[in-house]
Amino acid sequence: MTLSRIFSACTLALMLSFLLAGGARADALQDINKLMKQGQLAQALDQVDKHLAGKPKDAQGRFLKGLILTEMNKPNEAAAVFQKLTEDYPELPEPYNNLAVIYAQQKQFEKAKQSLEMAIRTHPSYATAHENLGDIYTRMASQAYDKALQIDSSNTSAQTKLSMIRDLMGGNARQGAAATTKPAIVVAAAEPKAAEPKPAEPVKPVEAKPAEPVKPAEPAKPAAAKPVEAKPVAAPAKTGNGDVTADVTKAVEGWAAAWSKKDVKGYLAHYARDFKTPGGEARAKWETERSQRVNKPGSINVGVDGLRVTAEGNDKATVHFRQHYKSASLKTSSNKVLVFVRQDGKWLIQQERVGN
Amino acid sequence: MIRLILRMLIAALAALSIVFSATAQPRFSDSGPEPLLARVFEHIEQNRWGQALQQTDAMIRAYPNFRLAHLIKGDLLLARTQALTVFGQGGVQEAGDKVADLREEAIARLRAYKSKPPANYVPRYLLQLRADQKYAVVVDTQKSRLYLYQNNKGTPQFVADYYITQGKLGAEKVKEGDQRTPVGVYHVTASLPRQKLTDFYGSGAFPISYPNDWDRRMGRNGHGIWLHGTPSNTFSRPPKASDGCVVLANQDLDELAGNLQIGLTPVIISNSIEWLSLDDWQAERKSLLAMIEEWRKDWESRDVDRYAGHYSHKFASDSFNYRSWVEQKRKVNAGKSWIKVSIDNVSMFRNPGKEDYVVVTFEQDYRSNNLDNAMKKRQYWIKEDGRWKIIHEGAA
Repeated sequence: MTLSRIFSACTLALMLSFLLAGGARADALQDINKLMKQGQLAQALDQVDKHLAGKPKDAQGRFLKGLILTEMNKPNEAAAVFQKLTEDYPELPEPYNNLAVIYAQQKQFEKAKQSLEMAIRTHPSYATAHENLGDIYTRMASQAYDKALQIDSSNTSAQTKLSMIRDLMGGNARQGAAATTKPAIVVAAAEPKAAEPKPAEPVKPVEAKPAEPVKPAEPAKPAAAKPVEAKPVAAPAKTGNGDVTADVTKAVEGWAAAWSKKDVKGYLAHYARDFKTPGGEARAKWETERSQRVNKPGSINVGVDGLRVTAEGNDKATVHFRQHYKSASLKTSSNKVLVFVRQDGKWLIQQERVGN
Repeated sequence: MIRLILRMLIAALAALSIVFSATAQPRFSDSGPEPLLARVFEHIEQNRWGQALQQTDAMIRAYPNFRLAHLIKGDLLLARTQALTVFGQGGVQEAGDKVADLREEAIARLRAYKSKPPANYVPRYLLQLRADQKYAVVVDTQKSRLYLYQNNKGTPQFVADYYITQGKLGAEKVKEGDQRTPVGVYHVTASLPRQKLTDFYGSGAFPISYPNDWDRRMGRNGHGIWLHGTPSNTFSRPPKASDGCVVLANQDLDELAGNLQIGLTPVIISNSIEWLSLDDWQAERKSLLAMIEEWRKDWESRDVDRYAGHYSHKFASDSFNYRSWVEQKRKVNAGKSWIKVSIDNVSMFRNPGKEDYVVVTFEQDYRSNNLDNAMKKRQYWIKEDGRWKIIHEGAA
């Protein structure tokens, strides 16, 4: 295949697989991605611009630029990048999805909805877009109820989280394309994102659905192919894991129960001394905020299922699960990750994030 | 290729929906948002959620403060993510009272819309309009509805109807502060422009003549019963929410205001309007007009017994009771060699509900050998032993 034929064929999947085959370029993007993950956003932007100067049409590069701009809190510029991508590559659902996330942040729900509908139109089984669309409906409903009943549900309305896709053409979330190409940019755990619910904040992009093939469960892979991860990869289960699993499961259940009962003290007692607050804010500030949220009027019900505990030694474990949150005006389900550490014989939460 | 076809289909659908929403952005009829509301519920019943939402959005565009429409929108959106079991599901826990109010409003609006009176039926109460009474207002408190009729050469002709709110505790006002709306035959007595009122009354107010002679006779009191508008940010309100006033949406009140004549336009408030076919209405009207004519002739005859036969034994007027009144008439008639009575501009309104009486108002020109007198008179006729009798009369 020649380059010109691929472009004339205009099927992005093929184009991307070619791009990926050209390892140097993919590496360059991976490096930029890494810079972004480390928070060196200005540098990342600089490099991606340089990359795009040579390849102005490159979808991967432009997509990454959109992500960097989003991280830099430049939603309008990011939206422009994603918007242009949807025009140039209308078959790709990811730019539509991310555009929708930005619109949702700006409370332009109608536009967000339209964008997500386009994403689903291109890929009817696109799970993330469906989930996001559900969130948009919930938020629009909540807005309508506010107007109908003159209630202020700003406390609850922001609890839904929309997932920004970090991965173009990758992941199990998308049908069809995944078979033809390997994930180009692997995004695993970045810094922990806002715990859910964290209503004061507008929707923040959180990652969802990292590519299936690079789950930490594949220790056989060479280090070079490993995801750009901020934390150690889970080690295979050790002896005594059974106890750890049981204890951590109990801790998660206790945590959810305290939340449901709006037992603020009990809820906060599940967090470790060195808990990494989601926004890096002071512990006291975070606690105050959480107290207000947990204690807000109306009943709350938090359920968990699908718990998957990965132990790292005897004093640390990561648990993935599905969290079902239900309050008077809101019902959401989301993927959640808690990192537990054992302190003074108790399993306590050290990190909390939304996503996989 | 397949994708291309699909996309063309989608484009065609999108174009269709644009046309649809363009035509659904109309000048709405006299029934306010009810036709739209009814269509929304029809779509919901048929599981056409998308169209229901579209229709709801059109309703919100037309009536931005229509909280009921916002609630329905909330439900329609929430229905995409969870099963709905109750009306106003997303708000019922946080604001159950308000949801219940909006539910009442929805029921009242739809009920009135679906039970519109047939075109050739008229409210029984509008027996005779004066030539210069251009319009008449009839209220049905159970349906939360106000009907406007035009005087078409003596025949009432339906013009428009509007959703209204009545007293918090319903109708049949008896005394001051009972938060009820009076039932009876009244008329508009004044117009209070918006500038003289607080925003609570919206775009204006029209006091009506409660308590009327009959009410006073029955010992009813209270005052300040108005037709008025709503606060500027309000369109939705529950069917029972006022202190006794009849409350309309501001745009409805504005429309109505242009048709109200101060001191002239009748406002008849009923629990539940009785509708008569035009034939039945005509028959009832004719027999009552004949009865008035009989009374007039008997007065002219100077035969006090025949004349007094038109009056109830319970008659009372000013300082007279039946007996003293008959005595007075005998005294007066003794000095008469002739009496000529002509009456003009007659209006007749039947009282709605349990208390069966007819209010007759006319201009009376009385001439006799020793006295001439022209006045506007009002009489209350009741049915006694199968005959219509005057129970009260006086200057109007």
